[in-house]
Amino acid sequence: MCLGVPGRVVHVDGALATVDFWGVRRQVRLDTVDQPVVPGDYVLNHVGFAIRRIPPEDIVETLALYEQLLQESAAEDMMRADVEAEIAAGDVPPVPG
Amino acid sequence: MSARLPLVPAEAEQLRFRDPERARALAAGLERVTRAIGRSPGSPVSVMHVCGSHEQAIAKFGLRAVFPRELDVIMGPGCPVCITDLPEVDEAVALARQGVRIATYGDMLRVPGTMQSLADAQAEGARIEVVYSVAQAVDRARASSEELVFFATGFETTAVATAAALVADPPPNFSVLSAHKYIPPVMEIVAEMPQTRIEGFLAAGHAATITGWGIFEEFVERHRLPVVVAGFEPLDILAGLLKLVELIHDERAEVVNAFPRCVTKEGNLRAQELLWRVFRPTGGRWRGIAHVPNGNLRLREEWAERDARQRFAIQVEELWNYAPPALSQECICGDIMAGIAAPADCRLFGRECVPDSPVGACMVSSEGTCKIWHQYGGHPDLRVSPEPKGVGA
Repeated sequence: MCLGVPGRVVHVDGALATVDFWGVRRQVRLDTVDQPVVPGDYVLNHVGFAIRRIPPEDIVETLALYEQLLQESAAEDMMRADVEAEIAAGDVPPVPG
Repeated sequence: MSARLPLVPAEAEQLRFRDPERARALAAGLERVTRAIGRSPGSPVSVMHVCGSHEQAIAKFGLRAVFPRELDVIMGPGCPVCITDLPEVDEAVALARQGVRIATYGDMLRVPGTMQSLADAQAEGARIEVVYSVAQAVDRARASSEELVFFATGFETTAVATAAALVADPPPNFSVLSAHKYIPPVMEIVAEMPQTRIEGFLAAGHAATITGWGIFEEFVERHRLPVVVAGFEPLDILAGLLKLVELIHDERAEVVNAFPRCVTKEGNLRAQELLWRVFRPTGGRWRGIAHVPNGNLRLREEWAERDARQRFAIQVEELWNYAPPALSQECICGDIMAGIAAPADCRLFGRECVPDSPVGACMVSSEGTCKIWHQYGGHPDLRVSPEPKGVGA
């Protein structure tokens, strides 16, 4: 519940963003992020709220840890479960995209 | 087969480091600097982290196997579910038993209260709904006119989300029962505890994303203990620990940000503004730590109508005429949260107390020390030789 999860912003509608997490699209609230967010940016989502816009130079390194966790951990692994729960914390967007 | 998992050899896990070369170099550095402090394994250098995700990564990647024998890395009160004390669980259980709909994070469901957990109340017909986000709880409140109370738990990172949900004008039938906690004050308490003698703290990267690393400067000034902010990757943790033992060795009480790709000095100012607009810090009991001044986050007076404690007469007394079962009286979750005991010191760990039938909160939450040690094979202490193979130049 503490790790957060990075995702790519595909659409912004006011304080709501549609964010892509490895193909899973969820709506994440932007109320809590302190920088302007536009499509193409990466944000760190925690319990359905973006808490940080990830600087472009840090995106590759940030994604790598998560990709390793999701790909190499057993289905019941706790860290993987945390990351999956953070993705599930977003709302399902009404219309994909 | 006993329910207790075998100790997992850490070497296999170490192969999963993304940069084994750098991991070896960091581990060797950690060993060298720790040795230079000049302690024996019998009185090790004691440092504490306060984050369930740090413990998960330490256990998952078998990091304790590469820590020097003279270094003790203790998990402190870093599990918000675990330090949520009985009376707060009781308030949620009592409300649920009074017929009020409760939404909460899944981890809270099986945390024991004095008489019942929320899951127990649910089994007797109370309506408890698990959500991943406060925003989902608001959606559910919006879908009907019935009262819905969000039982809000977690540290400042999660409290910010609750604050944002309240500021965004949720429907009138939505209210919050806050058991949110604030980490910086508890570090002050733990730093003074004579039983642990903590010599430095590893602070959690994502909480510091919100608060900024600057918040630890006053702490460092008051307690003359170094604080290093670290990330969650195994290499981040090793690098953070290396910095921390260097500071201890050099007797430099400073804050060092070893996670600059996520943490700034000021933190996320907008999130801080939301947090303090909605919440005020107040003293309260943390399980195992006793009273923590300013450690609990409660709704400010301006938000009284959203505060479930003001909105409902919560009848907790009936739960308190109840003697807890003998087994739960043997649980040492409190001492584990305080860093005084390890899960292996508990008679129940892996026997009567397992993730499927937890006795204490530390075995319930995925951030609890007991559940983490149980899943990842406990404390893989492979430090039998002074120079572990595969570590060093």
